[in-house]
Amino acid sequence: MSRRTGSMGDILALLSLRGWAIVVFAFIFAPIVSMAAFSFNADRFPSLPWAGFSLTWYEQVFADPMIRRGLVNSLVVALAVAPLSTAIGFLAAYVDYRFQFFGKRLYMALASLPPTVPVVIMGVAMLTFQGRIGLSGTLFGIIAAHVVISAPFAMVLIRMRLADLGTDIEAAAWNLGAGPWATLREVVIPFCAPAILASIFITAAVSFDEFMIAWFISGQNETLPVRVLALLQGQVSPRINAIGTLVFTTSMLLVILAQALTFRSKAGRR
Amino acid sequence: MSVTILELDGVSKSFDKQSAVSDVSISVQKGEFIALMGPSGCGKTTTLRMIAGLEAPTEGQIRIWGRDVSQDAPWRRDTPLVWQSYALFPFMSVRRNVEFGLKQRGMIAKDRAEKADEWLARMGIAAFAERMPHQLSGGQRQRVALARALATEPELLLLDEPLSALDPHLKVSMQTELVRLHRELGITFVCVTHSHSEAFAMADRVVIMDKGTVQQVGAPQQIHRRADNRFVAEFLGASNILEVEVESVDASVVTAVSAIGRLSTPTPTNMPVQVGGALSMVVAMDRVEITKSPSGAVNQVSGRIAMLEVMGASITAIVETEGGVTLRSQLSSRDMESNPLTVGDTVVASWDPASAYFVAH
Repeated sequence: MSRRTGSMGDILALLSLRGWAIVVFAFIFAPIVSMAAFSFNADRFPSLPWAGFSLTWYEQVFADPMIRRGLVNSLVVALAVAPLSTAIGFLAAYVDYRFQFFGKRLYMALASLPPTVPVVIMGVAMLTFQGRIGLSGTLFGIIAAHVVISAPFAMVLIRMRLADLGTDIEAAAWNLGAGPWATLREVVIPFCAPAILASIFITAAVSFDEFMIAWFISGQNETLPVRVLALLQGQVSPRINAIGTLVFTTSMLLVILAQALTFRSKAGRR
Repeated sequence: MSVTILELDGVSKSFDKQSAVSDVSISVQKGEFIALMGPSGCGKTTTLRMIAGLEAPTEGQIRIWGRDVSQDAPWRRDTPLVWQSYALFPFMSVRRNVEFGLKQRGMIAKDRAEKADEWLARMGIAAFAERMPHQLSGGQRQRVALARALATEPELLLLDEPLSALDPHLKVSMQTELVRLHRELGITFVCVTHSHSEAFAMADRVVIMDKGTVQQVGAPQQIHRRADNRFVAEFLGASNILEVEVESVDASVVTAVSAIGRLSTPTPTNMPVQVGGALSMVVAMDRVEITKSPSGAVNQVSGRIAMLEVMGASITAIVETEGGVTLRSQLSSRDMESNPLTVGDTVVASWDPASAYFVAH
């Protein structure tokens, strides 16, 4: 933020602007902060005064086999989705960077479409389709569905990076005797490495958080968000706060890592 | 002594029916420094890219050592290019950039590091081996680009506007350095440039192109002395071009009428001249003399000094003649000292008939 010496009016304006920003952020983050705070509260009910620090709810969460299974399922799905959707996203972005062809705009529109489809529609469609081909209710089915919605995120991230790859760079590699594969391996992929890593984290986060589609198709193989809803429907337990805090922390960590990578690569390039 | 390394034989290239290069034939000798020169869009860069294999010719053949390489992929040729943008790999250190071509040729890590360091030392940038390209200045990047292209010890080096991105003071020193490098290595350089001062200062032979076709090929001196056509004379910008109508022709002298009077020029042997024909007459600016009083020369025109353009040690006097045509005369500062001129002076411009020649309209 640029500072300049100003009149009282300027100072007041600046102070009220900051105050407003604080209010907005407080509004956004208050529920999350209270969730995190009450997850450590010894009292069963989320009410003040604070009844004392406790890890009971976390212990209960980890003791519940259904939640553990949900967590494991979510992790397995996220770990599979991240590399798969990043690979697909990279290829889509590279095709856009490298080739000119008829119908390219249509291709790009289709490639970026999935996240704009309402998730309920996507969930129902996936359920019907996967039910037909016998994938519904399997982890593989969830992975496939999550790849569909996360690959466009990977594509966008990698495409941004490729836009910074000078048009002569690939040709320079060919000119020095590197064939198209060697160029991809030694020039294009290393250049995109920060974006590829960032997209692995982002797609993992997208998959880890995704509820609606998983709710439709997961069947017996519940992912963690689906399990959370099942819990909520049964009872209001402070365990929810503990799970919520865990999920939020995991996703935020992934997103922050991705951001850090993206910014570092921006600072390092010219 | 002359062994042909590179031949372009009737090479044409069109993009979507739009012709970029048409019917270019050039033969380059081993060890030559060739400059491809012309205004932007003349096809010089496309020609260079075809030699490197980055574009395939639509027609004609490109032969290296007699072998047709026209359809060979760029990575199957040994024609390293020094890019106008340098095109250094941004995420690789300087040394790894220089090693790149060696790595593609399967050289082991230790050998290629040695070789890269050797070239970096030769280019005077050994101290920057560990740096990243964005940490270097333009001149340093240029040297890395040269080292990278030369590390594989090619017989043919392609340069695309190698000096255009440099600061003016670096241009001249890099120009000298390229000439020195060319002499030391004894390999063939093909260099694209839009600047005739660069081309004329560096090249053994210059290829002047316009609208995708070759206009003239020759040694700088030869082109400077005699342009083959009006485009070349205008492009070089160092001549007066006068519209004339031929009045009489005999075995040795052509007399022609122009807006500034009757002018004599030796009868050309390389083109037909007919009485009544309209031609352009070219008189190099440095051949036009300026005197205060009639000199008795065959071709002389009186006029008034309209302007004096001082460019360091050389001065261009712009003479407005009575016929309404302006003549330019290039003088040295020494000429000016012995015969001082000021704007507004009434003068006589004259030249030796033998220093003028005709080109087609």
